[in-house]
Amino acid sequence: MSDPRIHIIEDRLSSIKSVVAVSSGKGGVGKSLIASTSALILAKKGRKVGLLDLDFTNPSTHVILGAESAMPIEDRGIIPPKIHGVEYLSIIYYSRDKPAPLRGEDASNILLEILSITRWSRLDHLIIDMPPGIGDAFLDIIRFIKRMKFLIVTTSSKLAFETIRKLIILLLDLGMPIIGLIENMKISETPSIREYMKDYPVRFLGEIPLDLKLEEALGDVEKLLKTRFAVKLEEIIETLMRRGLI
Amino acid sequence: MLSSFKLWILTCLLVVHEWALAEAVISAISKLAEREKFRRLDEVVLGVGELQQIDLQIFKLALDQLKVPKFEGLRFRIRVEAAELKCRACGKSWSFDREMLEEDVREMIHFIPEISHAYLKCPRCGSPDFEILKGRGVWIREIKGEKLG
Repeated sequence: MSDPRIHIIEDRLSSIKSVVAVSSGKGGVGKSLIASTSALILAKKGRKVGLLDLDFTNPSTHVILGAESAMPIEDRGIIPPKIHGVEYLSIIYYSRDKPAPLRGEDASNILLEILSITRWSRLDHLIIDMPPGIGDAFLDIIRFIKRMKFLIVTTSSKLAFETIRKLIILLLDLGMPIIGLIENMKISETPSIREYMKDYPVRFLGEIPLDLKLEEALGDVEKLLKTRFAVKLEEIIETLMRRGLI
Repeated sequence: MLSSFKLWILTCLLVVHEWALAEAVISAISKLAEREKFRRLDEVVLGVGELQQIDLQIFKLALDQLKVPKFEGLRFRIRVEAAELKCRACGKSWSFDREMLEEDVREMIHFIPEISHAYLKCPRCGSPDFEILKGRGVWIREIKGEKLG
């Protein structure tokens, strides 16, 4: 009773040089924005990029990219549409505007189906918008996609960091490589997250101040890339590229 | 030289999602045969959930096209498992009826069967929180052949 879909996943991802999982233990810290904007920035810099939204119950990257009207093409599987230079796939193309109440086994099966039938082209980076938390969906993604590097996102809040801390410990226990941590939506000058991170063997990549104009730029990629948020994220990505970390 | 009918079939095969699943099956069988030390494979029995709504003829043709020379004599048998759904709210069980669905919804469920949670509801209480008891996915039920040594 073996599921053959598991065996083809490595082949399907073999044309991709690096897989970056953008992750946060907690929802609402800007993970999807960082995943989507990172993909756009890398594409702008000439890299071949894919963006895969694996936050099945709360997908939102399509809103950020304004990608609702495109559809994958059926060709020996499915070919993700190209949105603003980024190959893009989200469950939203199949669930549309309806809620998809999924339990663990359902989410695992969707993950298997998507990973086994999606045909990415030759990519430098596949950015994955991970589900929040460290439950079934998160663990299955790690089980099926062996060679991911993690980019962790937190806010300045102690509450967010308390969850992030556990995510970091779990990833280290699992032996998963961590690119580093970004402190997002920073509202005060407190160096607390940078300080907390000294206790963990994970790079602190930088702080992105809270950008109140960001909301107006959602769905408008040109406007988004000009926000203070995107400019600061671009500096972080340029550093990662220079150091060969991404 | 391929006949025009065969060329037409091949063209159809290249555009369908069944092709991707057939590739997964062939990849899995090759790995299993090596692991289990099969010298020759005679028959593989596959299970296919009804929710997948796979076109069996196309799926079988794709499997035959993708078969590696090493498994020349291999035959495929495919058994479809009927889908059975059970409401977690009121306990009602029911079966999947594709004829009741709009064409585009059938297509969505064909690509991603579990997306049925966005479209199907319990016929008794209307809850979308149901369990798929049977009839999803693709799996290898049985492999028959001759082993080394």
